[in-house]
Amino acid sequence: MVKDNKPLLEVRNLWKVFGVNEENIDLNDLAALEQLEANGAVVAVRNVSFRVKRGEVFVIMGLSGSGKSTLIRCLLRLIEPTSGQVIVDGEDVTAMDEKQLIQFRRNKVAMVFQHYGLLPHRNVLENVAFGLKLRGVSREEREERALKAIEQVGLKGWEKYYPGSLSGGMQQRVGIARALVQDPDILLMDEPFSSLDPLIRREMQDELLKLQESVKKTIIFVTHDLNEALRLGDRMAVMREGVFVQVGKPQDIIIKPADEYVRRFVQDERRMALVAAGNRKALP
Amino acid sequence: MFPDALQFHIASYIDNFVKWLQISYGATFDAFSNFLLTILLGIQNALLLIPWWVWVVVVTGLAWWQSRKIFTALVLGGLMMLVGVFELWVPAIETLAIVITSVIISLVIGIPVGVAMAEWDRLSVVITPLLDAMQTMPSFVYLIPALMLFGLGKVPAVIATVIYAVPPVIRLTDLGIRQVSATVQEAARAFGATRWQMLKEVRLPLAMPSILAGVNQTTMMALAMVVVASMIGARGLGERVLLSLNRIAIGNGFEAGFAIVALAIIIDRLTQGVARRWQPPQTN
Ligand SMILES: Nc1ncnc2c1ncn2[C@@H]1O[C@H](COP(=O)(O)OP(=O)(O)OP(=O)(O)O)[C@@H](O)[C@H]1O
Ligand SMILES: [Mg+2]
Repeated sequence: MVKDNKPLLEVRNLWKVFGVNEENIDLNDLAALEQLEANGAVVAVRNVSFRVKRGEVFVIMGLSGSGKSTLIRCLLRLIEPTSGQVIVDGEDVTAMDEKQLIQFRRNKVAMVFQHYGLLPHRNVLENVAFGLKLRGVSREEREERALKAIEQVGLKGWEKYYPGSLSGGMQQRVGIARALVQDPDILLMDEPFSSLDPLIRREMQDELLKLQESVKKTIIFVTHDLNEALRLGDRMAVMREGVFVQVGKPQDIIIKPADEYVRRFVQDERRMALVAAGNRKALP
Repeated sequence: MFPDALQFHIASYIDNFVKWLQISYGATFDAFSNFLLTILLGIQNALLLIPWWVWVVVVTGLAWWQSRKIFTALVLGGLMMLVGVFELWVPAIETLAIVITSVIISLVIGIPVGVAMAEWDRLSVVITPLLDAMQTMPSFVYLIPALMLFGLGKVPAVIATVIYAVPPVIRLTDLGIRQVSATVQEAARAFGATRWQMLKEVRLPLAMPSILAGVNQTTMMALAMVVVASMIGARGLGERVLLSLNRIAIGNGFEAGFAIVALAIIIDRLTQGVARRWQPPQTN
């Protein structure tokens, strides 16, 4: 098996419908689906498919409510998909039983959350080592590895502090260290910098890029900030109302937006790019 | 007057039922009763073994350790001392022994029930109205079933006290667990926490302040009930109050009442202090 030709993550026809009795949905029946929506069901993810290669940073971008968080949670089944498949490294995550799923979450993926999700009663060191503790790694080993991760994110010396006494940026560093220490195949990040000040956000983006140079993780990164998407993403998907409206390299999306929605999204960047190219006349 | 034809008594049926219970399960009740009494007397003798001045010093010391206020510490120590000054030392210790036994039993029952309620919604649907009923009924009512099964004495007093005092710790355990941040729990789940790990590492520790508030309330209610339970033969301070009432000995009644209040304040302060110390640290 030649691994490099296979995508590390493959998502096939993923759907998530909130607020209905899930067994009885025929997703191919468009009229029935519309009827459900009229009755209050929300189709948060609508037939999404994509592939991500090892080492790639894949950004999912879209406005609030477009289904980004739902999608990224479906990848490790924090939210149970209504239908479709998630395949990681050849294994069908959607077919796993509870035990396999827990092993998958412990070993293959790690997630960073917008609101950090740190344990307030544990100090930085214990928070970073949390995943290893769940795995049953010995105290000595997990502290050693946690210390390394803490150093990687620039928090050396803060091991004994509690999350409540750290700034937002520092808390998110802890969140990132907690994910890195797992040495996961895939790093999932759901708007990790969105609740930080613009300056700190920028700093964290730079550091993530630097970190990525050394760790070379496969990253799925969710954001609603185009700038962030452009800076971080190798490829990006633009999401609207549960659908991937365009997937591609950031530059391609700016230059050739697939529709009006994407065009509006990338307008400012587009203007700048064209100005830089000395092509003012092409402006709308 | 109410017509004779409509009058009907169930008292004799209940008497028969209790008699039947006593005949069929008498040995079980006796064994249980003896077991409880052994524990209770063990605790009581242990408490009586401690010299009075040690009590005063320990209460003062604990109060100081928790509040860091000399004044509070001296007041609590002084209250303990006054109990002895009024020649109520032994009855106070007897009361304390019943309270401690009842609280231990209440916690052994209450905390697991509270956890189970938080884990299984269906259980909480069944138990919540039961708790509501238990808390709206006047405390005297609990004397009856205890009396029916165990006669007069300290054991039925403990049983009645447990029934009366157990609801707060159940409720606050349940509530505390339900209030644990969803973000933190989601993060733990994402890192592969099993249900048991979630409970042990996240839910219980984060619910601890609420659980300890429940322990405090349960203890206070136990003390209140032990006084009432003197009517079915629990000795101690309650009995002194009861005797004074019967003899219209106002002065003695006041002293005994004062000793109860003193115990209440001491217990309340000390258990509250423990609860406060458990808050997740904000700074190092
Ligand atoms: N548990 C739920 N029950 C019902 N509807 C939900 C649930 N979770 C999300 N939704 C709905 O699904 C849609 C997508 O939500 P989602 O949180 O995935 O969006 P998002 O792109 O992450 O938005 P944001 O940028 O605000 O985080 C929204 O319309 C939301 O109201
Ligand atoms: Mg979101």
